[in-house]
Amino acid sequence: MSIRQSFLAILDQGACYGYQLRAEFDRRTGSTWPLNIGQIYSTLDRLERDGLVERTEADDSDHVYYAITPTGHDEVAQWLVSPVVRSTAAPRDELAMKLAIAITLPGVDITALIQAQRQATLRNLQELTRAKRAGGDGGAGDDLSWQLVIDSLIFQAEAEVRWLDHSETRLVRAKASGLAEPMPIDETRARRGRPARGGVPIDGKARA
Amino acid sequence: MTEELLRLDGVSMQYGTGETRVTALSGIDLTVSRGELVAVMGASGSGKSTLLTVAGGLTTPTSGEVIVEGNWLSQLSPRQLATLRRRSLGFVFQDFNLIPSLTVLENVTLPLELDGFPGKRAKRPGLDALASVELLDKADRYPVDLSGGQQQRVAIARAVVGGRSLILADEPTGALDSTTGEVVLRMLRSRVDAGAGGILVTHDARHAAWADRIVFIRDGRLVDEAQTPPVTTLFEGADR
Repeated sequence: MSIRQSFLAILDQGACYGYQLRAEFDRRTGSTWPLNIGQIYSTLDRLERDGLVERTEADDSDHVYYAITPTGHDEVAQWLVSPVVRSTAAPRDELAMKLAIAITLPGVDITALIQAQRQATLRNLQELTRAKRAGGDGGAGDDLSWQLVIDSLIFQAEAEVRWLDHSETRLVRAKASGLAEPMPIDETRARRGRPARGGVPIDGKARA
Repeated sequence: MTEELLRLDGVSMQYGTGETRVTALSGIDLTVSRGELVAVMGASGSGKSTLLTVAGGLTTPTSGEVIVEGNWLSQLSPRQLATLRRRSLGFVFQDFNLIPSLTVLENVTLPLELDGFPGKRAKRPGLDALASVELLDKADRYPVDLSGGQQQRVAIARAVVGGRSLILADEPTGALDSTTGEVVLRMLRSRVDAGAGGILVTHDARHAAWADRIVFIRDGRLVDEAQTPPVTTLFEGADR
């Protein structure tokens, strides 16, 4: 997550001391991603090392303020105009991995597995929706960031349910065509090194 | 003590006979209490809309019993059934089903007037129902003047007018964009929280999540259900 850039963007609005920066981050993200003060200072140390912020002398209350440098300001501007590019390598999704393995095993009730997962994901979705309901309709300016964050979590959970529905339908069709047989251990000796075939890399590019 | 608004007891529904016989519902047991919204999810053709028409007394099940606010529908004459439908039930459909030549208020009070309320007496509860969906200022407009989301809110007002307490909603957000759909669900939810009860048929998990309980229907059978977990602090201990 872009903690580093988020901090810089906040500091671009004015110098902050550590606890103040944490409070600002929480306020702007609905306290969704709690940070401990150690993470705050280690991030600030790296920003300082990279010349993006400068530390001031402690004030009367012993607060050490961090102020953004011109380089830091440029980095914020660059961050705001650049899309977030997610890794093109398949992320290690625990659920996708579980389902992929489970369909190769004999005697596993995949329909039950999918349904149990669907229920768990729906419960999560209900809980998120309830939190959203309790948070009002998003009209209040203070809550808007939080509403956006919770919407993001809701859409992710929904996507998971849709993927489960899709997987279930696909499985039913595969079974009907006799394509969903368990996969016994392959006794041919596995070769060292990267497999020469067996799936297209997720970014669609041919491997050298 | 929760008050039961609707009970389906071993409800089955078959169409046709012999080889062409199709089972749309099979042994459905389901209850909806006051203050409770139950979502019914399932694929197309799973029987979820049939379930709603049976629950609303629009279709008589082949076997089993439907009980609405203590009334056994099988024991009612067609006339009594029609009265019960008008007084206890409100339907909300995907395509709003408002009458274009009537004003918003007239659409809302229509079930009361069909029930013999003179227009004047129907007006007060009609305005109350419109206020509950925050559309009091549109009372004298026509459906065509309203956005889709507002029309659906009128349909919700019509469903609850005059103390009707069982809302049967079939994909009520199906024709609305995501943000507007959410406003409609919020209204539906608030009517339920204010003392109604309802069934929300949907194939959309994000919408079903507004319900207290989610039941799944597959090939006409209820497979199982997801229930709202006990209240916990959201994101507690999250370290993302």
